[in-house]
Amino acid sequence: MKLALENLSKSYGQHQALDGLDLHLENARCLTLIGPSGGGKSTTLRLVAGLEKASGGHILLNDKAVPCSEEELRDYRKSIGVVFQSYNLFPHFDALTNIALPLEKVHGVAKADAQERAYELLARFKLADHSRKKPSELSGGQNQRVAIARSLAHDPELILFDEPTSALDPEMSAQILDVIEELIQSGKDCIVVTHQMGFAKRASDYAAFISHGKVAESGTSKDLFDSPQSQELRQFLERELKY
Amino acid sequence: MRALLFQDPDSDPTAVRAAAKWASATLALSFLCLLALAAFASLEYNWNWSAVFKYKTKFIEGWLLTIQVSSVSLLVACIIGGLSALSARSRFLPLRYLFKIYVEGTRGTPLLVQILLIFYVFADAAHLENRYVVGVLVLSFFSGAYVSEIFRAGIESIGSSQLLSAKAIGFTPYQTFRYIIFPQALRRSLPALAGQFANLIKDSSLLSIIAIEEFTLNAQEVNTSTLSTFESFFPLAVGYLILTLPIFHLSRRLEKRLAFDS
Repeated sequence: MKLALENLSKSYGQHQALDGLDLHLENARCLTLIGPSGGGKSTTLRLVAGLEKASGGHILLNDKAVPCSEEELRDYRKSIGVVFQSYNLFPHFDALTNIALPLEKVHGVAKADAQERAYELLARFKLADHSRKKPSELSGGQNQRVAIARSLAHDPELILFDEPTSALDPEMSAQILDVIEELIQSGKDCIVVTHQMGFAKRASDYAAFISHGKVAESGTSKDLFDSPQSQELRQFLERELKY
Repeated sequence: MRALLFQDPDSDPTAVRAAAKWASATLALSFLCLLALAAFASLEYNWNWSAVFKYKTKFIEGWLLTIQVSSVSLLVACIIGGLSALSARSRFLPLRYLFKIYVEGTRGTPLLVQILLIFYVFADAAHLENRYVVGVLVLSFFSGAYVSEIFRAGIESIGSSQLLSAKAIGFTPYQTFRYIIFPQALRRSLPALAGQFANLIKDSSLLSIIAIEEFTLNAQEVNTSTLSTFESFFPLAVGYLILTLPIFHLSRRLEKRLAFDS
C-alpha cells in the first residue's frame, strides 16, 4: 500500500487526539502503530477506516484521497476491512450469518454464494464446525477469528486491526497473531494497532510510534525496534518489553 | 416440614423445590382466604349468587369485549409507540419534540382525565361518534406512550460497538436499523411489552365511564340490577386475573429467556 497522512488533526471537544500527524509510506505491506494509550493510535486507525472525519489534514490511500461526504465514505468503507478489539460481532446472528449478511446486503452477492464464501472462510480458520453457533457460544479467540473472516470476506484492499488481541489470553493472542501473520504473508495489506512488540517487530515491515497526537518516530520496523532514536521511544520499548 | 417452609440456605436463591413451592404458596393463599372470610363474616353479609348468576352472559360479553378492546389497542399502541420511538432519533427536530411532548404529557396525566378530555372535547370536535372507536383510540394513545419508552429503551440497549461495526462494514443507516437494531431491540422489548398488555387490560376498565360496555361496566350494571355488590364484583376480579396472570407469567418467562441468551 501507499499511504500518506498529511498534517492530520482530530479533536473531540476540548481534547486534541491528533495534532498535526504526518506519515508517508511508499510501498508497505504491514504497518504497525505503537505508542502509549491515549496517544492517538486508534484515532489514526479510525480516520484511515473512514469511521470518523478528520478535523484537518488529508489521508491518501494508494493515491486516492479518503472522501469527506458521508455517502462517499460509505463506499470507501466497503473497500476496507476492520477488526476491532472486542470482535464487535452481531450477537443475534450465528458465525456464518455474521460473515454472509454484509456480503449479501452491502456487496450485492447472491445469498447462496455469500454463504458458500462465508463457509469457506470459516473452514480456512478452522471454524467449520462452529458456523451455526452464535458469538455467545464461542470463545474469544474463535470470535476474533470470525471477525477476521468477516473483514476478509469482500476481499478488501486493506485490513485494519485495532488492538486485535487486547481482549484475549496469551494462548489465544498467539493464535490470532499467527492468523494475521499468515494474511500478511499471503499478500494482504494491513495496518495493526498493537501492544505486542514481538509481533510488530517480526511481522510488520514498517512501524510508527505515535505519542501526543503526532508520529514521534517512524521507519522500517527493524530500524525502529533495533535502534530507537528518541529517548521517549527507548523508554516506551523498555517498559513494554519489561514483563 | 422445615424443608417445605424454608429455603435450603446452601442452594441458589432462585431455585426452590417444587414441593416446597406448592406447600408454601398454598399456605400463603389459605391465609389470605381466611382473612377475607373473616372480614366477610364480620359483615354478616347475605350472599345471593343466584340473582347474579342469571346475568352470566352479560359478564361473558363484557369480558370478551375487554379482550377485544385491549387487543386492538395494544396493536395500535405498538404502531404509535414504534413511530414515537423512531421519531426520537429523527433529524427533523420538531417531529422529535412533538413525540417527546406526547410521551411526557401522556405519562404525566391520569388515564381518566385523558378519556374525559378526548371523549368530550376532541372526539366531539372531530365528529367521532362511535364511542368504541374513541375508547380504543384513547387507550392506544395512552399505552403508546409507554410502549414508546419500552421500544426506546430497547433501541438504546444496542451497544455502540455494534453500531460502529455496522458502519465499518458499510451498512446504510436503514440497513443498520433493519438488520442489527430492530431484531435485537424487539426481542429485548418483549417482556416489558407483555407486562404493558396486562396493564392495558386493567386500564380498559376505566372506559366504563364513557359507557363502553366492557367487563367493568357490565359488572356495575349487574350490581345495580341485583343490588348484590360483592357477588357482582367478585367475578370481575377473577375475570381480570384470568387474563393478567398468564400474561405476567409469560412476561417473566420471556425475561428469563432473554437473560439466559445474553
